[in-house]
Amino acid sequence: MSINRRKFLAIAGGTLALGVAGKQTLKVFAEAEARKSEGFACKRWAMVVDLKKCHETEGCTKCIEACHSTHNVPHFNNKKDEIKWIWKEKFEHAFIEQENEYIPSDIKNKPALLLCNHCENPPCVNVCPTQATWKRKDGIVMMDWHRCIGCRYCMAACPYSSRSFNWREPRPHIKQLNPDFPTRTRGVVEKCTFCDERLAKGLKPACVEACPNKAMVFGDLEDPNSEIRTMLGTNFSMRRKPELGTQPEIYYII
Amino acid sequence: MYDTGKVLIGILIFILLFTSPILINLAGGKSSVKANPQLPQSGKCIESREYMKDYHMEMLNTWRDKVVRQDVRFLKKADGTYFLLNGVKAEMSLTKTCMKCHENKAKFCDECHNYLDVKPYCWDCHIDPSLVKKEIMK
Ligand code: HEC
Ligand code: HEC
Ligand code: HEC
Repeated sequence: MSINRRKFLAIAGGTLALGVAGKQTLKVFAEAEARKSEGFACKRWAMVVDLKKCHETEGCTKCIEACHSTHNVPHFNNKKDEIKWIWKEKFEHAFIEQENEYIPSDIKNKPALLLCNHCENPPCVNVCPTQATWKRKDGIVMMDWHRCIGCRYCMAACPYSSRSFNWREPRPHIKQLNPDFPTRTRGVVEKCTFCDERLAKGLKPACVEACPNKAMVFGDLEDPNSEIRTMLGTNFSMRRKPELGTQPEIYYII
Repeated sequence: MYDTGKVLIGILIFILLFTSPILINLAGGKSSVKANPQLPQSGKCIESREYMKDYHMEMLNTWRDKVVRQDVRFLKKADGTYFLLNGVKAEMSLTKTCMKCHENKAKFCDECHNYLDVKPYCWDCHIDPSLVKKEIMK
């Protein structure tokens, strides 16, 4: 059978197109299969912190304790070695851009609850050289501790100090080991991951569950009927350092 | 050539000395040290024993990437159904799955690894359950 040049090109082109299309569909299916979450399905996770409710119990650290004990976060007594996933900071330090001396003193002097903002536009992700930190499709700024080489670029990039570096071996400074979650080692960076391991099983983040005053509301921003959207739609809320364009996903109601 | 005979004898002695460990082993039969991992009394591993021996490190790497990077947590069998451990869906987890059956890391994992002189750094972070038990006893 003889085949002319034009026919050959048509057949070759067609086969190539089919091949590419086939591969693309396979890839889409594989991704859909992989992403089929077995826990909560969500489009964009976010959190509202109601500081008025948070302040109802003076000096409460239930959320911090819950988070740090589930994730084996070590406790150091000095600021330099400190590791924190969720912590309290004076309001005027947390919201410095307010530059307002005359806000009510009961807000000014009380602590704000801080954690990783899971920014829509995360500067830490852009600078990570090993993709040890990345943005998941559901908005979580995730950490892969296996890939972290401890270069601390992400810490320099984060405008919210949400990341801590293990300067010292953490294990001896963990009060009670939780065997279900690995610790970290000296030389890696760590931070809050919105409890990805709990979400995968349909549980809410440990801090949200531990709060006695229900001051934290966690949910899907893309669902207009969610509790979090109702809260944001009926209250004035603010975010930390909005002028930087990072689009934090932690909203504060004062 | 000068002293061919002496040089040849020298080479022969050198070869004998150099290969003496192998020769002694050949003459003496088996080597005396052997890895002897303590297997669970009953049940079966996730895959066949031969497969696990050869590929458990690769399996763990796949698990790690699936869980951490793709958010796929539960272990499925080849036929697509979930792998059950004590009646609940097993997670692809080093501590929560492997170490449920292979409880004694020292007498199982370490037994082989010490023999081979491999030191998986996983345990710098992942927790050996028998270690936690000891700590609670203290
Ligand atoms: C359901 C219980 C169970 C789980 C879970 C399990 N194993 Fe096993 N494993 C066994 C049993 C039982 C054997 C003995 C061989 C057999 O008959 O399959 C075994 C054998 C092995 C062997 C071969 C040892 C030898 O000397 O032949 C290796 C290696 C191994 N397991 C590693 C692992 C790793 C790594 C994991 C986690 C990824 C794991 N196992 C999870 C039960 C289990
Ligand atoms: C039958 C002996 C045997 C047993 C039992 C065994 N391993 Fe291994 N393991 C090996 C061998 C062989 C290698 C490969 C060493 C090499 O690549 O040089 C290895 C390598 C590994 C590696 C990769 C190490 C590296 O540096 O790349 C990991 C991780 C690992 N094993 C985990 C486990 C865990 C966890 C268990 C216990 C549940 C276990 N192994 C039990 C024989 C064993
Ligand atoms: C720097 C600390 C660190 C080291 C070293 C480390 N891991 Fe992990 N690993 C983690 C953390 C933290 C998680 C949990 C991530 C999550 O669920 O968000 C994890 C999760 C995993 C998981 C899935 C969940 C689970 O509970 O097991 C696997 C599998 C895993 N690692 C395998 C390995 C293997 C194999 C090694 C060694 C070759 C290793 N890891 C070394 C920190 C570490």
